[in-house]
Amino acid sequence: MATEITPDPPREEIGDVQKYDFRTESEAVFKAQKGLSTEVVNQISDIKEEPQWMRDFRLKSLDIFHSKPMPDWGGRIALDFDDIYYYLKPTNKQGRTWDDVPEEIKDTFEKLGIPEAERKYLAGVKAQFESEVVYGSLKEELGNQGVIFTDTDTAVKEHSDLLEEYFATIIPPEDNKFAALNSAVWSGGSFIYVPPGIKIEYPLQAYFRINAENMGQFERTLIIVDEGAEVHYVEGCTAPMYSSESLHSAVVEIVCKKESRCRYTTIQNWANNIYNLVTKRAMAYRDATMEWIDGNLGSQLTMKYPAVYMMEPGARGEILSIAFASQGQHQDAGAKLVHAAPHTTGQIISKSISRDGGRSSYRGLVRVEKGAHEARCNVVCDALILDQESRSDTYPYIEINEQDVSVGHEASVSRIGEEQLFYLTSRGLTEAEASTMIVNGFIEPLVKELPMEYAVEMNRLIQLQMEGSVG
Amino acid sequence: MNELKITDLHVQVEEKAILRGVNLLLQQGQTHALMGPNGSGKSTLGLAIMGHPKYEITAGSIELNGQDVLTMSPDERSRAGIFMAFQRPVAIPGVKMADFLRHATTNVRNPERKEGEDLMPMKEFRKELRSKMEQLRMETEFARRYVNDGFSGGEMKRAEILQLAMLQPKFAILDETDSGLDADAVRLASRSIADIGGEEMGLLIITHHDKLLVHNPPDFTHVMLGGRIVETGSVELAEELHSKGYERIRAAYPDAEAENQAMVEQEV
Repeated sequence: MATEITPDPPREEIGDVQKYDFRTESEAVFKAQKGLSTEVVNQISDIKEEPQWMRDFRLKSLDIFHSKPMPDWGGRIALDFDDIYYYLKPTNKQGRTWDDVPEEIKDTFEKLGIPEAERKYLAGVKAQFESEVVYGSLKEELGNQGVIFTDTDTAVKEHSDLLEEYFATIIPPEDNKFAALNSAVWSGGSFIYVPPGIKIEYPLQAYFRINAENMGQFERTLIIVDEGAEVHYVEGCTAPMYSSESLHSAVVEIVCKKESRCRYTTIQNWANNIYNLVTKRAMAYRDATMEWIDGNLGSQLTMKYPAVYMMEPGARGEILSIAFASQGQHQDAGAKLVHAAPHTTGQIISKSISRDGGRSSYRGLVRVEKGAHEARCNVVCDALILDQESRSDTYPYIEINEQDVSVGHEASVSRIGEEQLFYLTSRGLTEAEASTMIVNGFIEPLVKELPMEYAVEMNRLIQLQMEGSVG
Repeated sequence: MNELKITDLHVQVEEKAILRGVNLLLQQGQTHALMGPNGSGKSTLGLAIMGHPKYEITAGSIELNGQDVLTMSPDERSRAGIFMAFQRPVAIPGVKMADFLRHATTNVRNPERKEGEDLMPMKEFRKELRSKMEQLRMETEFARRYVNDGFSGGEMKRAEILQLAMLQPKFAILDETDSGLDADAVRLASRSIADIGGEEMGLLIITHHDKLLVHNPPDFTHVMLGGRIVETGSVELAEELHSKGYERIRAAYPDAEAENQAMVEQEV
């Protein structure tokens, strides 16, 4: 009976819906002009003192961005690309201790509980404010073992061999319009390298904070897990609410080498006027396992489909996704699994909740390529709709080009049942408490995969989202 | 002295009349058996008392210690001390028994609790839950399972009895809590209910069998037919119905029998 009950979240936080909606008065040390141009891209490259290959890559990507049409599927994107700041540098240096971080930015992260989390249960932290990583740490013993955890800008300079080998090989700028945009103006993000056989016990965490209005955040993350190594990377995202939209458009590339294991957990809680258009993809090689755990609670529109390409026999890809769409939100989330080798195993579990006029869509692709015999894949997507105004859609795509494979797909859509509500209320729970309990139960299979601290946070966020949902 | 008083209760479901004037008085410490053939309205009476939204009260009243129950929501009824062990409890996937029970127990014991206020202390709750589960010979593992999810028929019934034990209502309606249980389990359930009920509770036991009544000899036995209580007797009536069936009752109340037949046919 030791662990069956989740502890109560701290009392004072309950009901504090505005927790993330605070703004920090922060003077940027450099702010690129609004809008997107060759000049802005060159400016970013200048400030970062980048090698020529990266500058060329950015400029080429900008051309690709201009040449690609906006996606005509998914959600409605009403963005004025000329009304966005593409680069905003909040400080001149990155802190190695929190004391090095400018006071107002440190305050932000203290309010978000990052330093405390770092002390308690993390192996390393990166904190990104606007365009730049302002704080970074890694437990010393991991550094001594050859683990690299740094921001991607620093990696371009200090680990150019790894960068040139892997950067943009998994998601080239040609992949999609927003990957091209990120490639042109990227800044910040995490670079992780885990040497062969090193298993990092505690999570590495990155925290992304957009503070300014009309800001575009374009972090670029690259994770390389070498043979037999293991890592769990967690990212959290928040922003205050402004009257005009901001854009978050990240690219995350992961390489899982032979027999390695990588888990990437996201708890995205952007303000409800952020466009969150992210490309995430991993390549898993022989007997490697890649897991994406993707929780989308915030944003105005999220379009995000974490992918695993299983490139060699025995590779596994697992994607767990939760989306919670409330008033004015569209969560177009899903997953992509490509079986490119025999004996590969994939699993997608997607859970979505729509309430108060929110819309959630599952969009998923499973592709089994020719020669990938004895590939196995299972897709389960469940949607829970809390009221008549809300909407849920499922767009499952399955392409199978091989005979001897097993691919399963189950989908369910349910409304919170009258019988379930009656049962719980007949035991003294109010209707609101009962609905929250049913929703928390609905996502439990996913929440139990999260480390304890994140599970508590997730339940708390769901509770905040559910407040006032009934009656 | 607690009192649950049902007067001339008429109930319909989806425009179909099910109960046609039920009168019943339950008092603290009493055990009432409610018997009757299928489709006679026994479960409907229980669900109407508990406040199921599908069951529309068209006439009559339900009062708990003089308070109007019909204006209360199901959670208010529960907090006021009414409980029903369901015949087919629904599953709540992903919600652990222990979490659910801690929440329910807190609310029922502290009816004024506002949402978001503290639940009963974990340590105290666990201790009590563990001891109640031991009495019911339930594995502690049970507390970690999801509410009614994948439970066998017998497990569901035991889970309902566990809830009864934790919530300690003033009045409990037990709807066929013996069905789905084997002979040993019925004996255990019967004894547990007697222990839990004691002198404090009033029980309304809906049953086809007399086994559940072994440890809970009814002070009154009511027979329902065609949405009415047509006969009330003592424990002997329960014994008679159990050994001889409802032939005599059906013959003695032809009008109620005709209505009962009509209701059964409508269900099919």
